[in-house]
Amino acid sequence: MSDALPNRNTQRRAEGLPPQPGVKRRVPNGRDRRNGFVAALFIAPALAMYTAFVVVPLGMSVFYSLQRWDGIGRLRFVGLKNYLIVLTDPDLIQIIGNAFNLILYFTLIPIALGLAVASVIRGHMSGPFGTITRTVLFLPQVIPLVAAGIAWSWMFASTGLVNQLLTAVGLGSLARGWLGDFTFALPAVGMIGAWVLLGLCTMLLVTGIAKIDASIYEAAELDGAGKWQELIYITIPALRQEIGVCVTVTVIAALASFDIVYIATAGGPGISTMVPGLEIYRLAFAHRQVGLASALAIVLMVLVLVCVLPIQWFARPKR
Amino acid sequence: MIEAQSNKLLARFMLIALMAVTLLPFLSMFSAALAPSGTYPAGLQWPSDPQWGNFARAFELANMTKLLWSSSLIVLGVVPVSVLIATMAGFGLSRVDKGRGKWLYLIFVLGLTLPVEAVITPLYYEVKALGILNTRMALILPLIGLFMPFSVYWMRAHFLNVPQELGEAAEVDGASEWRQFWLIQVPIARPAIMSLSILLFLWTWNQFLLPVVLVQDPEQRTMAGALGAFQGQWGTDVPLLCAGALLILTPTVLLFLIFQRQFVAALLQGSVKG
Repeated sequence: MSDALPNRNTQRRAEGLPPQPGVKRRVPNGRDRRNGFVAALFIAPALAMYTAFVVVPLGMSVFYSLQRWDGIGRLRFVGLKNYLIVLTDPDLIQIIGNAFNLILYFTLIPIALGLAVASVIRGHMSGPFGTITRTVLFLPQVIPLVAAGIAWSWMFASTGLVNQLLTAVGLGSLARGWLGDFTFALPAVGMIGAWVLLGLCTMLLVTGIAKIDASIYEAAELDGAGKWQELIYITIPALRQEIGVCVTVTVIAALASFDIVYIATAGGPGISTMVPGLEIYRLAFAHRQVGLASALAIVLMVLVLVCVLPIQWFARPKR
Repeated sequence: MIEAQSNKLLARFMLIALMAVTLLPFLSMFSAALAPSGTYPAGLQWPSDPQWGNFARAFELANMTKLLWSSSLIVLGVVPVSVLIATMAGFGLSRVDKGRGKWLYLIFVLGLTLPVEAVITPLYYEVKALGILNTRMALILPLIGLFMPFSVYWMRAHFLNVPQELGEAAEVDGASEWRQFWLIQVPIARPAIMSLSILLFLWTWNQFLLPVVLVQDPEQRTMAGALGAFQGQWGTDVPLLCAGALLILTPTVLLFLIFQRQFVAALLQGSVKG
């Protein structure tokens, strides 16, 4: 983007040059050590805050996960029993499954639509129209997710806009209270996430595609490649990194979802939209099962890592 | 030529459709907010007698002045400190990129994908033990810690791109590391610091889970956290709830519209780096 901040590597990337690491030079050993000491002083405050409010709580989560604890009384060591419950209890398995189900909506829809838009406009986003589009599409990223949840609860209500539109096109028989329906509540929550992430993914992909050399497309067109082939053989491979970013952001948003579900359905009806994030909150603070909540928290953290690390590996730039 | 023209039209059409989908929920909320309080309006319909008073009532019921004040205090507690210590750490880490420094960096980066839910329960007991439960400090301190992985990662990436000759020249002139940091490195880092500040502002302002768990009183929470409480109280009154939600998201949207370029740049870069 023309107004991108003047980061040297952003510029180099725009010019098609590889990023340039900091210029290193051999320095004598004594200074190395002094450097190390001074650096440690610079790092210490950040490390202290990070340790106090992330590393220690994470350690405590692991510790609690091995206990049976109501949050007030004495802790009772139960070994891996909580983990066994998380991995075998049908309700908890369904709850974890719900989170994976949400990936379908949070990830697939924004990226598929974003790719479609990006490949049609292929970078023509300059001028006032481009600015307006960017501004509007970023709105869901700026407002609190809670507000998105409230807006969409109203959209999906029985007299809401979704049903109003369905009735207007003669599909009134499909109208229902979407968020209260056992079958449709989870897809409806998924659509809220898709709405939130759509603009961000689209803009990332549009920005990425603008960097692809137009002559590649011209050459492909001369060779008789169709739109579909262009997408498969040029656009998607060239956007590998951007797609990687979109998948990472959206998968984390789906697996660790909390705000939208809390506001829109509170996990219901039944547990049809319950997700791990909300269940951790419920178990720990409403049901006082701190140990079980902590085990679920650790499992959630591991699941996010297991999903995100391979994406990072696939999407890393080819050198 | 003709194909290019029609392509351009198709592109415009797609973008307009996307914008419509993005804006419809806001419009629907707006039209509902103007219906008489306590009624159940239709999804999108201009009311015959728009009740502008709903906004005033929601403003009062949500105690907007206090909320703005509270959110601002929290942002002022979180963002400057986070940016300062992350900039220092990013600078320090860029200086020890080999050996032990690499390990420290990895420890920070490991926190990048950590869901807040994974630490929320122990955070509650920790904050309680510190005696700051139900105060704004209960949000400020943990948020600074939680933002460190991203912030440090962001600032380190910036400093790795600054040519080392700059610092070396200052050293030859006899400037201490501390002076060098403030007089040379920080001014150069201004664009990176600006983007980081915008992102941290947004994430603090919109933080929901932490306020809901750690602060009982909605008036000591962030805007987003307070909106949760407002929904709990007025969730059945659709016009009032919609008016309240719109009011609560107005400040950020206004800021966003004023600093549109900076916000967009920060959001795009932020997700690429994160």
